[in-house]
Formats: sequence, C-alpha cells, structure tokens
Amino acid sequence: MEKIPNQKAWLLVLPVFAIVAFSAVIPLMTVVNYSVQDTFGNNKFFWNGVGWYQELLDPSTELGGRFFASLWRNLAFSGAVLAIQIPLGIIVALAMPREGWGVAFSLVVLALPLLIPWNVVGTIWQIFGRSDIGLMGWGLNRLGFDYNYVANPIDAWLTIIIMDVWHWSSLVALLCYAGLKSIPEAYYQAASIDGASRWAVFTAIQLPKMRHVLVIAILLRFMDSFMIYTEPFVVTGGGPGNSTTFLSIELVKLALGQFDLGKAAAMSIVYMLIIIIVCWVFFTVMTNAGADRKGAGGER
Amino acid sequence: MARIDLVDLAHSYDGGNADPSSFALKPTSMTWRQGGAYALLGPSGCGKTTLLNIISGIVKPSRGKVLFDGRDVMALTTQQRNIAQVFQFPVIYDTMTVGENLAFPLKNRGVGRAEIDARVHEIAKLLDLVPQLDRKASRLTADAKQKISLGRGLVRADVAAVLFDEPLTVIDPALKWELRSKLKVLHRALDLTMIYVTHDQTEALTFADTVVVMHEGSVVQTGTPEELFLRPDHTFVGYFIGSPGMNVLPAEVEGRQARIAGHELSLARSYGGLPPGARIEVGIRPEFVSLAAAAPGLLAARIERIDDLGRSRFAHVRVGDLKIAARVPRGLSLGGNEAGLIFEPAHIHVYADQRRVEGAA
Repeated sequence: MEKIPNQKAWLLVLPVFAIVAFSAVIPLMTVVNYSVQDTFGNNKFFWNGVGWYQELLDPSTELGGRFFASLWRNLAFSGAVLAIQIPLGIIVALAMPREGWGVAFSLVVLALPLLIPWNVVGTIWQIFGRSDIGLMGWGLNRLGFDYNYVANPIDAWLTIIIMDVWHWSSLVALLCYAGLKSIPEAYYQAASIDGASRWAVFTAIQLPKMRHVLVIAILLRFMDSFMIYTEPFVVTGGGPGNSTTFLSIELVKLALGQFDLGKAAAMSIVYMLIIIIVCWVFFTVMTNAGADRKGAGGER
Repeated sequence: MARIDLVDLAHSYDGGNADPSSFALKPTSMTWRQGGAYALLGPSGCGKTTLLNIISGIVKPSRGKVLFDGRDVMALTTQQRNIAQVFQFPVIYDTMTVGENLAFPLKNRGVGRAEIDARVHEIAKLLDLVPQLDRKASRLTADAKQKISLGRGLVRADVAAVLFDEPLTVIDPALKWELRSKLKVLHRALDLTMIYVTHDQTEALTFADTVVVMHEGSVVQTGTPEELFLRPDHTFVGYFIGSPGMNVLPAEVEGRQARIAGHELSLARSYGGLPPGARIEVGIRPEFVSLAAAAPGLLAARIERIDDLGRSRFAHVRVGDLKIAARVPRGLSLGGNEAGLIFEPAHIHVYADQRRVEGAA
C-alpha cells in the first residue's frame, strides 16, 4: 500500500528542534568554537586546532598541571561524598518510621536541607565554621581542637564534606525510603518465617529491592558533587592555597579570572565528556545487570 | 509436627475493645490434628487469612490463645513457632539462585551443609525444580517463582505446620491442577500438617481431608467434602459449596410437612420444636431436585434458562417469586416453559436462622 506523505509531523517536531538548538547545541558549538581558537579581544580569532587540548591533557604544562590537580581533587571529593552519603542515606531510610505521624514529620525534616539554595548553604557553613564567631568553629576551638578552615587544608576539606553530607544525604535517604516502601509486606513475613536475621533481611531483600533507586542516587550524587561550585566557593573560595579548588572553580578562574577563553573552552569540553562518559558507563553497567532479570517476564 | 489448638481466638484490627460484630475473626475454638490436610474455605474478607496469620504469629490476636501440642505459643515469635508459610504472591530472594532460595530457611537455622543439600534436592525433585537449581531465581517465570516459595515452605522437615495462603492464585490453570496434586503427594510423603487457605471450592475439596468453611469471621462448618455437600450446617455452606449452590427457600415447617410457595412437601424427618420467631428455610441441592413434565401434585415452575455443564444440565426455574435450580434428567424433553419439580425428601434440610436443624426420625 502506498504511504500517504504527511508533513504535519514537522510542525510537532520543529519546536523541539528549535528549543534544543537554542538551549544546548548552539551554546555548545560556541564553546567548541572557542576551544579551537585563540582570541586577544576585539573579536579577532586565530586558529589553534587541538593546541589547547594538547596543553590541557599534558600534566607537565601549567594548564595541564592545574587541570589534573583539580580533577584528582574533585574525584577524591566525589568519592568521599559517595562513600559517606550512600551508606548514611540507607541507614537513615532504614531507621525512618513506616507509618504514623512520624512519617510526615521525618519527610519534612529530611526535605528541609534540600530546599535551601546552594549559596545560602555555603553562607550558613561559612559562618558556622568560623573560629571567631561561628558556633561550630568557636566551639571546637574552645574544646581544644585547633580548627581553622581558612588556614588548614584538612579542616577546609572536612568542612566542605560535612556541609555536603548535611545538604545532600537527605536526597539519598528519601530515594532509599521510597525503595523500601515499595517492598511488599509479604517479603518481611516470609523472611521472618524463614528465620532470617536482621542482616539477612537487609542483604537478601532490602538491598536488592533498593538497587534501582540506589543507581539513581549514586548517579545524581556523582554528577552533583563532580560539578560542585557554589558551596566551596562561598566557604573557602577554593583555598587555602588551591586545596579546595575543584574543577568548576578552576574553570571559572580560567574563564573569568584570567579571561583565557580558549583554554577554558577546551577544559569545559573535556569536563563535560568526563561526566557524560562516567554516567554512561555506570548507567549501562547497572541497567544491563538488571535487564536480563526483566527478560524473564516473571517480574511482578 | 504438632497438634494445634485454637482456644477462644478472636481478632479485631481495631483493637480488642471494638464492637464484637465488626471483628475480623469472631471467637473461634478448633483443633488441627497432626498430619492433617486442612482447607480454610471462604470468600474474600471472611477472616481466613487473619486466622492463618494468627497461627503463624504474624498477627497477634485480640483475644484467646494458640496451643502447639498443648503448649501456649502466644509469647513466641513466628521464627520460634517453627511454622512454614507460603504466601499468595511469590516471595523469592532476588540475588540468590533457586537452590540458595530453597536452602535459606535451613541455613538460617544452622542446619549442616550435607543435610541442607539432601533436603534441597529432595524438595527440588518433588517440585521439578532440579534443572533450575543453579539459576538465578529472579530470572524465572511467576509459576516457577511460586514453586520456589512452595519449596521454601516445605523444605524444613520439623515444622509444626505448613500454612498456604492462596498459593496458586498466580499460577495458570493447567499447572494449578498439577501443583495441587503434587501438594497432596507431598502431604502424604512428608507427614506434615498442612493448612490451605482458599476461596476456590474445587481447590479446597480436592486438597483437603477436612474443610473448614468460614463466613463473616466465624467458622460455619468443619467437615469432609462429602459432609459439606450432603449436610451443610449453614445456608452459607450450601450456597458457597456446590455449583450451582443449594436452593434455600423460605418455608413453613410443621412436623413432617413443609409448605413452599403454597405447595406441600413431605420431609424425611420430623421437625417438632423449631425455635419460635426464627426465620425458617428449607435447603435442597439442585442435584436432588429434578425437573419433570408438569403434572398435578408437583410444584409447578416456569423454566427461565437451562445451563448445560457437559456432564449434567441444570434448569433455572421460577416458582412465583422464588428462583430454584434443578437437575434436568437425561432424555427429558419438555414442550414449553412449564414444568414440575420433584424433590428428594431425604435431602431436604431445614434451617432456622440459617443454621441447620436436626430432625427426629
């Protein structure tokens, strides 16, 4: 049978194309454009090919050194944040009440940190940690700890990690709680009949059933922590020295501080590729591991 | 391995002080014999799952107690009661293989490796799960998953009882038959007390030696399938068991005579002291009412429809406002819609306020 051509579909698709073009493709191509050229202002551009990329990926250059230093710092930060927030979120979710007034109460309390804007969170902890007037900083010093996040890199790291844990563990907890709530009561009853210990219930039922939400939680927390900017910028400004200068802070320094648009553009592209690749690999591995389970068709 | 006694058991999900008529389980006393195959039969919401969960300890009853071999187990947890229970929907441990799933209840109780292997193999063989033993349980179909659940219920040899809570709901009909007969075989082979909850009369009657019929939170009759069929103690049993259900007709009964819709019927027994003011009904199964050509002396009926069930035919007829189902004898052909009904007196029961009244000879 002859197909009747119907061009109306373009009307439906075109707005999407336009939105994606203006929101993603055109800005991205601008960055790509900058990353392969050099400019000295006056809208004069000189072709530089892959020069910025070569410099960026060579740790012996000044640019490459800065890039890799902040990359390792950022990976360490994301690793620390995930290592604390995921277990903590699971523990909090397990401890949350299942019914009664406590449910609404704990949900509200947990959601509170998530509602606070990033720079407000930064400001809160910046003041909270100050050793002259901040409750935590002053208190720690009075207790005999030599705590000063402005001068000591370890204190600065601790402050930023604790701040991030305070800000985002709730998200993991809420996701895990949703995962736990979806487990039918019969599983717990069966486990108690099968004589399962509390630990066996956790490893045999709760953890496997939380798998899907944990994948999402890990992805979200990795991306967010890998792109963190506002809070460390407000608290430490990347210091002391460069000790809390993460990738995005480095990028802003490069682009807006030094106005090295070519280098900054090359770094942006590499930065973006790292995030996309890590998320893609992680997501593919996790969903493939789950895909053949659904293939059996017996999933209830 | 235990005799289970229920003593004045009652439960309300709103707490023990709620209105007694709203109880999910009204006061019940009963004994389950060691090694028996029981079915708890009743429609949805009649309290049968509540009763089961009280025995296994998942639900704490508002009143009364449960005894295992005369020992009060109310203070014991589900684990300590040593009960196995299979639920309506398959419960499997996703990360384990089929074999590990079956071994789980034994492993948790510290049974030795060799004994676990032997027992798992025995059960897997009975349930035809041997080829799948090393496969991930989460990759199997719902049928196979439910077989695993059944297997986990049966794998412990020393359980006080195995409780089944409508275990074949998710199984497709062809396999249902097979699994049910398998359970029957297992029951004989393993000498376990089994209590099987269902709302399906065929399931109950084929599985159990003793069927316990529940209605609105109370047990209305306990008996063999034959007793339930021939002598329903409660009009609900008559109506719920059998297809089509028993005809229950309002009547006036005096001695050996019953009057239904102005028609006199003679009864096999004599009913003298019927409680005054009670609602009197007679019940007779459609199998014992037969359709005949209209004739004087027979209850005249108008045929509304005839269902052909293959092996037998049942006519749905109307006598005045009453609806009656009756067997259509083989080879009967009727001219029009008019017919007569023949009742077998021996199978007519008299009910006062829904309870069967024993007649005198």
